[in-house]
Amino acid sequence: MSTSQSEVRKMGAGSRFNQWINDRFPLQKLMREHATEYYASKNLNFWYGFGVLSMFVLVIMIVSGIFLTMNYKPSADEAFASVEYIMRDVEWGWLIRYIHSTGASAFFVVVYLHMFRALMYGSYKKPRELVWIIGMLIYLALMAEAFFGYMLPWGQMSYWGAQVIISLFGTLPVIGDPLVEWIRGDFYISDITLNRFFALHVIAMPLVLIFLVAAHIMALHEVGSNNPDGIEIKENKDASGKPVDGVAFHPYHTSKDLVYIIIFLILFSAVVFFAPTFYGFFLETANFEPANPLVTPEAIHPVWYFTTFYAILRAVPDQLGGVILMGAAVFALFLLPWLDRCRVKSVRYRGWQFKVALALFVVSFVLLGWLGLMPASGIYLTLTRIFTIIYFAFFIFMPIYTAMEKPKPVPDRVVYEHG
Amino acid sequence: MTEETDLTRRHFLTVATATAGVVGVAFAAAPFVASFRPSARARALGAPIEVDVSKISEGSMLKVEWRGQPVWVLHRTQAMLDTLEEIEPRLRDPESNQSDQPDYARNRHRSERPEYLVVIGSCTHLGCAPIERFEIGPADLGRDWKGGFFCPCHGSSFDLAGRVFSGVPAPTNLVIPPHTFTDDRTLLIGSDTGAA
Repeated sequence: MSTSQSEVRKMGAGSRFNQWINDRFPLQKLMREHATEYYASKNLNFWYGFGVLSMFVLVIMIVSGIFLTMNYKPSADEAFASVEYIMRDVEWGWLIRYIHSTGASAFFVVVYLHMFRALMYGSYKKPRELVWIIGMLIYLALMAEAFFGYMLPWGQMSYWGAQVIISLFGTLPVIGDPLVEWIRGDFYISDITLNRFFALHVIAMPLVLIFLVAAHIMALHEVGSNNPDGIEIKENKDASGKPVDGVAFHPYHTSKDLVYIIIFLILFSAVVFFAPTFYGFFLETANFEPANPLVTPEAIHPVWYFTTFYAILRAVPDQLGGVILMGAAVFALFLLPWLDRCRVKSVRYRGWQFKVALALFVVSFVLLGWLGLMPASGIYLTLTRIFTIIYFAFFIFMPIYTAMEKPKPVPDRVVYEHG
Repeated sequence: MTEETDLTRRHFLTVATATAGVVGVAFAAAPFVASFRPSARARALGAPIEVDVSKISEGSMLKVEWRGQPVWVLHRTQAMLDTLEEIEPRLRDPESNQSDQPDYARNRHRSERPEYLVVIGSCTHLGCAPIERFEIGPADLGRDWKGGFFCPCHGSSFDLAGRVFSGVPAPTNLVIPPHTFTDDRTLLIGSDTGAA
C-alpha cells in the first residue's frame, strides 16, 4: 500500500498525514469495512436504531461511571454517605449520578426493544446465529453488571435484593452453601462483599461488555445486517459488487441514527431532570434508607428490568425448582435460532401461528414484569403461573407451530412502502 | 538433518505443550479463586463464640451477636418447659419439619440441652427483631399466652422454643444456630463439633 515518493509530494499536508498513518495502522481499511463501505439495507426502520442506542448508552454509562468512581467509597461504613455526598456536595454530582442511575434503566429499555426487533424480523436466524448468541451473552453480562451496580449505594434494597439473589445460589444441592460463602467472601453480606462487587462493577464486567460488543459488531459486519423484509441483500449485487438494496452505513445510516440519538436524549433528559426516581421504578424508595442487616424491608423485589424473571422464580413453590425455571427462561432465548423451523425471517411474511405466538410471548413478558412487582399470593400468583406457562410454551412448541406455518411469498427486493 | 517434518513428533509436542499450559493456567488460577473465600479476618470475626451460661439465671435471657446476627440464649425454667407440650395444637410446625435447625434440635424443646434455648433473634417473616414476652396471659396477647416471643412488626408470635404459632405471617420456626456445650458452663455458638 506504500505510495511512491513522487505521488506523496503531490499530496497536501492532511493527505500526507493520513497516508503516514495508513502505512502504519489500518485506519482507512477499518473505516471502509465498518462504515463507508459497509452496506446496510435501504429500508431499515426505526426498530434498527436500538442497536446504536445501546452502544450510545454504554458510552454514557462508562463516562458517568468513571466520574462517580472518583467520589464513591466502596466500604460498608462509607458507601451510603458517599452517595449522599455526591448528591449534595459534589458540584453537579446529582446530575452525574442521576445520569448513571437513569442510564441503567435506559440500557435495559433499548436492549429489550433491540431484542424484540430481532424476534420480529428473524435476525437470530441463519446466518446470524452467532450475532444472536453473542448478543445474548451481552445481555447476561449486562444483568450481572446491573446487579453488582445496584448493591453499591448500600441502601436497604441494595442489601436485601443482593441477599435474595445471592441466596438463590444456595439452593443448588451440595455446592450451594460453600458457593454462597465464596460469592460473599463472608458469612453474611458485608463490607467484603461490597468491596468485591465494586471491583466487578467498575473493572471486570465493563471490560467483558466492551469485548462482547466488539465481537457482536464484528460478527454482524461479517454476515451483514438484516432488514424488515428479512431479505439477504448480499444476494443481489450490482456490477461493482455493491448490494443494490444497500446504502453505505456512513453517511446514510449514521445521519439517520443521529436523529434517533437526539430523540433518545430528549426522553432521557426528561427523566433525569423531572423524574429521576421514575416513581420508585428506577430508584426504589426503600433504597433511600441505609442498609441494615437486621431489618428486612416490607417487600423485596428487584428493579423493573429483572421482575419478569423474578416472577417466574416465584411461580414455583419449590425454591430449587424456581431457580431452575428462571435460568431456563433466560437460556431458552439462546436456542431460538434452532427452535424456529420456518425459513422466512420477517414477521411481515410469516404465518399467523408465529404472529400469535410472538404477541402472546410479548404480552406474557410484560405482564410477568408487572407481576414480579406484586405480592406472590392470591390472584397475582395464579396469573404469574398462567403467564409463565405461556412464556415457556412460546419456546417449547416453537418447532411445531413454526413448521406448520404457511408463509407468504418473500419479495426479491426490499420493499419501501406498505399500504 | 532431514527436510521432512516428523508430524507424529510435532503432534506430540503440540499436545504436550498445550497440556502443560492448561495445567499451569489451572495452578495459576487457584490462588485467585481461593482469594474469593472468606479471609482470615472474616473467619476470625465469624468464628464460633463462647458463652458462660452459669451467669444466666433461670428464666432470664442473654443476647449475644454472632456473624452479624443477634443470638438469644434463654435459660428456661421447668415451668417454661412444661408449657411446650400443651400449646402444640396451636403451632404451625410443632415437629420442626419445615424449619431450620441442626438435627439435635429437631425436638420439642429445640435445643441440645432442654433448659437452654439458643436461637437466632430474627423473625422468619421479614427479619424484624421479636420481643421476649415471658409473662403469662398479658392483656395485649390474651389470657392463653403461655410466654414466648412476639414480633411487633407484623404480629408473628413464637413459643418458648421459638416455634411459630398458626395464623401469623411468619412461615417457619425461629432458626436455631449450631451450638454445643464444651463443659457444664460453656456454650459454644456457631459450631457443634466442639472445635472453636
